[in-house]
Amino acid sequence: MSSSSITSLPLRPSLVQRSFGPAGHIWVHLVLCLYAVIALFPIALILINSVKTREAIFDNPMALPTADSFSLIGFHKVLSNTNFLLYFSNSLVVTLASLVLIVLFGAMAGWALSEYKFRGNRVMTLFMAIGIMIPIRLGTVSILQLVVALDLINTRTALILVYTAQGLPLAVMILSEFIRQIPTELKDAARCDGVGEFRIFFQVILPLIRPAIATVAVFTMIPAWNDLWFPLILAPGEQTRTVTLGVQQFIGQYATDWNSVLAALSLAVIPVLILYMLFSRQLIRGLTSGAVK
Amino acid sequence: MANVSIQNLKKTYDGKQDILSGLNLDIRDGEFCVLVGPSGCGKSTLLRMLCGLEDISSGQLSIGGEVVNHLPPAKRGIAMVFQSYALYPHMNVYKNMAFGLKVAGSNKADIDERIRHAAGILKIDHLLTRLPRELSGGQRQRVAIGRAIVRKPRLFLFDEPLSNLDAALRVQTRLEIAKLHKQLAATIVYVTHDQVEAMTLGDKIVVMHDGKIQQAGTPLELYQHPQNLFVAGFIGSPKMNLLPGTVATVTADSMIVSIGGGQQIRVDVAPAGVKPGEQVTLGLRAEHIHENHSGSEQLLGTVNLVEHLGEANFIYLSLSGGQDVVLRGDGNRNVDIGEQLTLSADSHAFHVFDAEGRALRRLKPGNLLSSRQH
Repeated sequence: MSSSSITSLPLRPSLVQRSFGPAGHIWVHLVLCLYAVIALFPIALILINSVKTREAIFDNPMALPTADSFSLIGFHKVLSNTNFLLYFSNSLVVTLASLVLIVLFGAMAGWALSEYKFRGNRVMTLFMAIGIMIPIRLGTVSILQLVVALDLINTRTALILVYTAQGLPLAVMILSEFIRQIPTELKDAARCDGVGEFRIFFQVILPLIRPAIATVAVFTMIPAWNDLWFPLILAPGEQTRTVTLGVQQFIGQYATDWNSVLAALSLAVIPVLILYMLFSRQLIRGLTSGAVK
Repeated sequence: MANVSIQNLKKTYDGKQDILSGLNLDIRDGEFCVLVGPSGCGKSTLLRMLCGLEDISSGQLSIGGEVVNHLPPAKRGIAMVFQSYALYPHMNVYKNMAFGLKVAGSNKADIDERIRHAAGILKIDHLLTRLPRELSGGQRQRVAIGRAIVRKPRLFLFDEPLSNLDAALRVQTRLEIAKLHKQLAATIVYVTHDQVEAMTLGDKIVVMHDGKIQQAGTPLELYQHPQNLFVAGFIGSPKMNLLPGTVATVTADSMIVSIGGGQQIRVDVAPAGVKPGEQVTLGLRAEHIHENHSGSEQLLGTVNLVEHLGEANFIYLSLSGGQDVVLRGDGNRNVDIGEQLTLSADSHAFHVFDAEGRALRRLKPGNLLSSRQH
């Protein structure tokens, strides 16, 4: 494994400068900043308005909160509503459990598909690829029938299973690609050392694909956390509601409690943000190391 | 430590193609056996079969008298050192060496003692807490060897361990591996494509080509008595000069071969059924050609190119018959391109290969082993 870091050569122009001219990085940064503004605008709007009074939200949604318009009424309502903590824990349990299952089974399947030769290997790989191409929501009716038949309706288990199925194909693809890049000699060395296949997987392969695992974790965590569709269909019960579904109760047909909606959404960002920060250091390495060979 | 016995070992893929076709080889206890050959000759496949990483298609492999055909690598009592070292990148040196032992269930004190001992032998005591990426190539190589030593194997397998090192380090590590072999009295099978490594390290060299063993013997046997054209061309640097010729006359202990350009050469070999008029190939090593008349057989050549090595010159010439030869000349002498040189060689210095490429027995003294070969 050559892990020598590439030291930067001060005299050589960077890739950006060579491609876009000496001032190239200014343009690149401009484009990136523009994108960041567009992407962050809705989130900023939510955060700003979540700490304003209802009147101030409607008077001028773009204004920053002033001493007059500042109010935490939304957060008070959301947090005093004890069920909301339940929704949060539901979301966390569902997201983390499916995350663990996706990473574990995805890595195992990726290892099997890339390391062992067996009948149906190619068919399995193709099957997984189809899973990426076809959105799982197309199968909602069948999934609902299946969940009813298994008597899992209104359980978090149902959501965990669905999200695991949804995340697995991409996870298998990404992870098997990374596992393929681990030199064969390393596995041979472990086999010569008398290390069993399971131990090779858990103690040699998994530590080496950490960046890829972080990538997969982020890619699968966010859709699961944000999903409204399956909680609404499979687990709408009071005890199993997730945050995204819980927020809906503030949105009425005639009047919407915007303070609560915005406060709940602001709070909902926090757990994902924390998880993202945990994974992001690995993630940056993961995104680039797969792309450049 | 143990001896290794290979009987009629075959390797086929998909039941068709012969990668290795019926190898027979015995490696003595404590012997340093070098497998050498061009890439694709099957030497690495043979090593991986010894190790247990490749299945044996047919034949028998025994280590220490025990048939190990179907044993997994860990149960064969072997340890392998890989070309890329294959150190676990996420474990420090100590853990790299301990991993296999821990899996095998050795107790901590025993593991620790073995690692300290091996680290002492290899002088890597101070590196035990480092990660592989913080080590130089030579240090990684030592750790890889250390990882093999701590397993106390019956048989060490080396797969081109020096080819990732730079030239200076390669020579140094070569010496250390030779020393280590003496120190551990280990049975070693060592794969390389570098004939200098093979000649300097091996007690026994096995030259392989096209999935077959071409010749197995001590380094000097292979140098002085190559059994066929392939071995003759492979062992020795620069390559042995090969001159096609026709047998003119044959006596009981010599023959005269004409090599074109009106030149006739007497060679001291046992004719063994070769008759006048048959095609043969003469072999003559660069270091056995003299730049003067001192040898018994004379040759005339024109200089094409000179390589100066300092202590010697490699002079590339065309003979009067048009054949290209290279000779190793005195480094202090100046030779010009285009110069006509009179060369000579002794009649016993020649090798003769029959039309099938098999060597005829060399007879005259001047060769250590000429009397006991064949």
